[in-house]
Amino acid sequence: MSNDYLLDAHNITKEFTSRGGLGRADSVVRAVNDVTLGVRRGEILGLVGESGCGKSTLARCLLRLLDIDGGTIGFDGSDITHIRGRRLKAHRRQAQLIFQDPYASINPRMSIRRALHEPLSTHGWSRSDREDRIRELLELVAMPESALRKHPHQFSGGQCQRIAIARALALHPTLLVADEPVSALDVSIQAQILNLLKDLQESEQLTMLFIAHDLSVVRYISDRIAVMYLGRIVELANADDLFADPIHPYTRLLLKSVPVADPDSRLRMTEEIGDLPSPMHLPPGCAFHPRCPIRVDSCPHDIPPLREHRPNHWAACHAID
Amino acid sequence: MNEQAPILIVRGLSVDFQTRQGRLRAVDNIDLDLHPGEMLAVVGESGCGKSTLSRAIMGLHEQTPEAQVSGSIRLRGDELAGKTERDWCALRGDRLGMVFQDPMSSLNPVYRIGAQVAEVPCLHGGVDRRDAWRQAVESLGGVGIPSPAERADQYPYEFSGGMRQRVVIAMATIGSPDVLIADEPTTALDVTIQAQIMKLMLDMRQQTNCGILLITHDLAVVAQTCDRVMVMYAGRIAEQGPVKEVFKHPTHPYTRGLLATIPGDDPPDRLPAIPGQPPELKSLGAGCPFAPRCDLAQPHCGERHPPLEGTPDHQVACWEREVRDVQ
Repeated sequence: MSNDYLLDAHNITKEFTSRGGLGRADSVVRAVNDVTLGVRRGEILGLVGESGCGKSTLARCLLRLLDIDGGTIGFDGSDITHIRGRRLKAHRRQAQLIFQDPYASINPRMSIRRALHEPLSTHGWSRSDREDRIRELLELVAMPESALRKHPHQFSGGQCQRIAIARALALHPTLLVADEPVSALDVSIQAQILNLLKDLQESEQLTMLFIAHDLSVVRYISDRIAVMYLGRIVELANADDLFADPIHPYTRLLLKSVPVADPDSRLRMTEEIGDLPSPMHLPPGCAFHPRCPIRVDSCPHDIPPLREHRPNHWAACHAID
Repeated sequence: MNEQAPILIVRGLSVDFQTRQGRLRAVDNIDLDLHPGEMLAVVGESGCGKSTLSRAIMGLHEQTPEAQVSGSIRLRGDELAGKTERDWCALRGDRLGMVFQDPMSSLNPVYRIGAQVAEVPCLHGGVDRRDAWRQAVESLGGVGIPSPAERADQYPYEFSGGMRQRVVIAMATIGSPDVLIADEPTTALDVTIQAQIMKLMLDMRQQTNCGILLITHDLAVVAQTCDRVMVMYAGRIAEQGPVKEVFKHPTHPYTRGLLATIPGDDPPDRLPAIPGQPPELKSLGAGCPFAPRCDLAQPHCGERHPPLEGTPDHQVACWEREVRDVQ
């Protein structure tokens, strides 16, 4: 495991079994399929894909919130794939998560003070240290101290997300996983939270895995971007390279589908490309081949490996050479 | 711009709600014209009143002491305000079509797709069930559902999100409505599907020449598909005009802020965020509701609400507009 990587995951696989019932057989959904991904120290790695592609599941696996069915996870040089108990709890301090819906991630019956106290007391901070840290945290996310007495419902979505961010940072984590942190927020608030995350990444020296379906948001915040499709990483590159010159046909489709706020470029979508296949019935070979405009003979048979097509620009496609 | 007379003319439309914390005005004195074949976008953040406006135009707010709709809504010269629920029922689905955000909750999970689409011509067209089913299959094909005859026999759970939204669009357009109101029709969909659904809406407009009122928070979708745009803030129109004009020369500071916060092709190092939070409707003062967040605000902005003024095409509600025009 290279030392550049804070988080270093190899061949992660996660399956869910859905009970059949009524005489139907159980079916297995492979939500994450043989994913190898590393997050470099101090970078923001963006993870994009459509709903159901497995990006949230992958994040939960990487944080050890879900048990994986295959693969290894390395964190800060040590293997955390199977750690349990006290070691896992100690690891939790290092890696924190913020979610999409801030109202759902903070207990509505807890005051903000209690919500912020909780991670600190769980990890054994003394009362006075906790109070000091809480004040620091509020300052960090630009919330007034009067917030402490209030409850989540008294805040707007953006303010609530700031509190969720403060709580995630309470224990000085090194890795922050942000799972769609701005998709539930209004446009004018999105920019505030994105700027805040970018500032915090610098001031707190965070490494960040940033998950979103909104490509323009991911592009703005990320250093590198991984594109996921039906459980696999199909492309991985520096943010600028990915947008300037995407390799994988799925990435191209995504980029073409994203509307641009420019009235001179009208809707660019012309060809019909069909819907996302159900992850229960993955197409054989490359999962993208039924929607792919450039598929070749081997696509329905062999799964294309992720290869480095250009320096630091990886893609999994048979048709590109 | 558009030579034809507007099919939908809304004047002075307001919606008031009585809440426990007092009375609040969700939609405040809105004027709106929609021409045949035109796509008009109503954009704004959550709580700005855009959905309340669209529901009022569809007559979906029952007149009760708690919710009061006032103003005039004329469809092809016919005054809709004050109509009975019975009259509204005859209009909805026939001359007014509606597409909502979540296609699953617009469809009844226990009826076949074909039956749900066929219900529209049955109720409004006076055709028998066999004919209605035939029309339903035809219109499912028209919205790009492959093998529509077989798919009509299936249930909503057998359709993907994008396909469900196509079904809802088929239901909304089967009666060739004069006006189609689409409230965040692609928000629940993935981006690759969103592009296809927007294309379908443009096709339907071409075929039926209906006017489309698109309610959305996504400025990029507006830029790529709509003819005119109306920006709402705290229940009022902040700015309205042709899409090209408004996107290239946004005049209201709120519109400018919104457009600047979109990280585009060449994102800056820091996004210029609009400071503060959207206002609470129940505590709106007499002045411009955007003033507390506005970097151009002057003391007088907090005193009276600015009128919507400008050229016949492009209007803005901002006291500082003229100052800026001169600069």
